[in-house]
Amino acid sequence: MASERRLRIKTLIMVLAMMVCANAGDLMLKRGMSQVGAVQLTASGLAQAFRFTVTNGTIWVGIFFLTGFMLSYMTVLSWADYSYVMPAGAFGYALVTLLAVVFLHEAVSPRRWIGVVLICTGVLLVGQTKPRTTAVASEVVPA
Amino acid sequence: MMRVILVLAVLILGSTGGEIAITHGMKATGEPARLRPLALLQFLWRAVRNGWFWMGAPLMALSFYSLLLLLSWEPVSFVIPTSALSYVVGTLGAKYILGEQISAARWAGVLLVCAGVALVAAG
Repeated sequence: MASERRLRIKTLIMVLAMMVCANAGDLMLKRGMSQVGAVQLTASGLAQAFRFTVTNGTIWVGIFFLTGFMLSYMTVLSWADYSYVMPAGAFGYALVTLLAVVFLHEAVSPRRWIGVVLICTGVLLVGQTKPRTTAVASEVVPA
Repeated sequence: MMRVILVLAVLILGSTGGEIAITHGMKATGEPARLRPLALLQFLWRAVRNGWFWMGAPLMALSFYSLLLLLSWEPVSFVIPTSALSYVVGTLGAKYILGEQISAARWAGVLLVCAGVALVAAG
């Protein structure tokens, strides 16, 4: 029972880390790519887009956060189900909407509010299922 | 339109395929002894020596470039709702490839999340 509780708590911590990194990373990439502009699917177009993206500081900050996301994702997947962790990532979309309302006083359409409610309900539903349903190798050898 | 569908398919299959390969690799790696910096570094070192990681990472990179490409063509309000399909594709993969047990509650949650993401991103 105690180990089940510990499993849930450390899963929650890693999922929160994932969410912060993923959202910060996405935001930075979105900003960076809008500076780069539309990419042409030709050899020279792709080469130019590559040059623009690797010299763009905002893109690098985005990549830093996405690396943090990747590492926390890998860590949590070492003990929890993929189908348990993956939907939780979507909570970020709901969070971004709430932040936009509270801090930016953005108007949010009813459709978007329904989306937020669906995401929260969905994540809570998945969250109360068992975090792990498959066997897992464990580094901790019982004494 | 055809190129958008094609890149979208690469985006969805690349991300779910890559994540499934990495999940498989991470389960083989085993969980870290404790969540301290040194233990985590050792754990990540073991993880990247696993072949599945090197199968998953390029697929995720491919999916990442597809996302960049799509975002340069189409608005976020189109790209994110359509790529939300990957929640369903990923859950199917978890069930049939990784052998995870998807209870009714988990399926319901995934479908709600998928619909929710589509609605939020569509504005």
